[in-house]
Amino acid sequence: MNISYNGQALTLSQPHSLLEVIEAQGAKAPYAVALNGQFVPRSGLAEQRLQEGDSIELLSPIQGG
Amino acid sequence: MQTDMPFTVYGEQFDSRLLIGSALYPSPEVMQQSLLASQAQIVTVSLRRQNSVSAGDDFWQLIKDTGLRVLPNTAGCHSVKEVVTLAQMCREVFATDWIKLELIGDEYNLQPDPIALLEATEILIKQGFKVLPYCTDDLVVCQRLADLGCEVLMPWGAPIGTGKGLLNPYNLQTIRERLPNHTLIVDAGLGLPSHAVQALELGYDAVLLNSAIAGAGCPVTMASAFHHAVVAGRAAYVAQAMPEKEVAAPSTPTMGMPFWHQN
Repeated sequence: MNISYNGQALTLSQPHSLLEVIEAQGAKAPYAVALNGQFVPRSGLAEQRLQEGDSIELLSPIQGG
Repeated sequence: MQTDMPFTVYGEQFDSRLLIGSALYPSPEVMQQSLLASQAQIVTVSLRRQNSVSAGDDFWQLIKDTGLRVLPNTAGCHSVKEVVTLAQMCREVFATDWIKLELIGDEYNLQPDPIALLEATEILIKQGFKVLPYCTDDLVVCQRLADLGCEVLMPWGAPIGTGKGLLNPYNLQTIRERLPNHTLIVDAGLGLPSHAVQALELGYDAVLLNSAIAGAGCPVTMASAFHHAVVAGRAAYVAQAMPEKEVAAPSTPTMGMPFWHQN
C-alpha cells in the first residue's frame, strides 16, 4: 500500500491504523494529525484504517507571527 | 484622572496591550528574552510538519516556560478548507479555542481574502472557536465579521512584514468609531514604536506585531520600546488629546507682560 506521510512517499507491507503508522514513524508529542486534509482527533487515530493513496499530515508547534 | 477600560479578549482580561509573535528571532534565547522584555501576555504560534527543520520540542518548551497565553495562527493557508483543518489541529495541540484566522488572498502583499475569511469565520464559530480574524481595514468586512460573532477584530496596519506603519489611519479610525464595543487590534505592518503609539491613540485596544521586534538590531531593547509605546499610546487615548487649531495660541499668559506694545 502506498501512502504519503508529510509529503514523503511511504510503502506499507500490510494494512495499518493511522496510529500505528504515526508511531512507527517516531512521532513525538505534541502533535495533531490530518488525513486527506481532514482533521482526525487524537481519540480517533487508533480506529482509523488507512487506504491506498492516503495522505497523512502530522503537525507540531512552531514559531508564528 | 481619567479611568481606563480593561483590555479583554473574549472575556479574558489582560494588563498588556501588546501581542507578540514568536517567529524570525536570531536565536531561541533572544526570542525568550524579547518576549519577557515586551511584557506581552499573549504570544502567537503555529503548526508545521514535524519533519521540518525548525519544528521541535525545544521551541514549544521555551514558549511554555514563558507562561504566556498562546494564540495559534493559520498562517500560510489559502483556502477555507485549509484554515478549518489547521484551526482544528491547533485547538487540539494548544488546548485553546482561540484562533488567529489568517487566510491569504494574494501572494504579492499577503492580503487577507475577505470573502473566504467570512466563510471560514462562520464555520469556525459554529464549531465553538473564538475567532480573531486578521483582516483588511475595510469597514464593511469588519462589520460582517462582527455580525458573525467575532468579539475581536484585527485589521492590518500595512502588509505583513513591511514595517510601514498605519497606511490608512482614516479607515482604522472609522472602524473604531463604527464598532465602539468590539476589541480592535491592529495586526501587521508596524515597524516602529511610534506606529504602535498611533494605533493606541486612535483608540485601538492593542497591537500585534512580530517582525518589528524580531528584525530589529537589538530585539530585546525594541521589545521594551514597544511595551512603553503601547502604555503611552493608551494613556494618551484615555487622556483625550487637545483639539487641533488652525491659528497659533500663546501658552504663556500675556496679562502683565512688560514692555507690552511699546514702540
